[in-house]
Amino acid sequence: MSSIARKLAGPSSSRGTRILGALALVSTVLLLLLGLIWSPREVDQADAVRLMYVHVPSAVVGLYFAFGVTLVGSIVYLRKQSDFWDLMAHAGAEIGVLFCAFVLVTGALWGRPTWGVYWEWDPRITSTTVTLVLYLGYLAVRRMDLDPVVRSRRAAILGIISFANLLIVKQSVEWWRGLHQGSTVGIDTQMDGLMFFTLAWGVLTFTLIFAWLLMHRFRLAWYEHQAAAVSLDDAIAARRGEHRSSLAGEAI
Amino acid sequence: MHWQYVIPGYVIVFAGLGVYTASLMSRLRSAARKIPEEKRAFLE
Repeated sequence: MSSIARKLAGPSSSRGTRILGALALVSTVLLLLLGLIWSPREVDQADAVRLMYVHVPSAVVGLYFAFGVTLVGSIVYLRKQSDFWDLMAHAGAEIGVLFCAFVLVTGALWGRPTWGVYWEWDPRITSTTVTLVLYLGYLAVRRMDLDPVVRSRRAAILGIISFANLLIVKQSVEWWRGLHQGSTVGIDTQMDGLMFFTLAWGVLTFTLIFAWLLMHRFRLAWYEHQAAAVSLDDAIAARRGEHRSSLAGEAI
Repeated sequence: MHWQYVIPGYVIVFAGLGVYTASLMSRLRSAARKIPEEKRAFLE
């Protein structure tokens, strides 16, 4: 591997992440071609439909996959006090917040030509915004200056409560009337073949990007965890050194 | 039609992913420097 490629791949790259990164990159190029050029206009939405090829994948990957990782990590942490799952939960939440922000921005940009407004207090839009705020709160808890065990436990509880809100997001289009349409992709989907393929390709692409980001974000969390342990070991060694010196001084 | 909404949407998503990735790599390099080589080895 060349030094430039190694630098681009980052200090935590491995064979697996390099293959995954290359696949994600190729898949992204194909998604851009499919989404912006090859797929047809929609009769009612015209070219605005192209926003769906990044909006829906952001929602699927961010809200369900990324925050799902946080949910699983939080539950396992509370049961087993596993550092691995605690760090994994943190990694999932950070990436999920990024994708959740994409959902809201692309949804607003799609809403303006389709509904005539960027924002409406619609149940789906509002509950998705609440989700973003909840997970920003989760990330704030992770930065609190607390005992690490207490901080992880509080974050895990919030990670579980926040995921419960996603059930409201999912059901919001069924429970209340609003601008946002109900579920349109299912077994009896009416989408044009290439449009449906592009949407599915978008989900695949964003899943690859998410998996690549998650591996690196987890490794960052692990490095920070190790760095904290190293600095604690150094502090203990320094304290022992001082203690030995003072004992030696008293003996003289 | 409506490209004035489509292009900003794609730019925000992919530029956002690019900026986050660059920031993640920078944080990784910085964190990796703080720990001894042997503590990173298990990841490979």
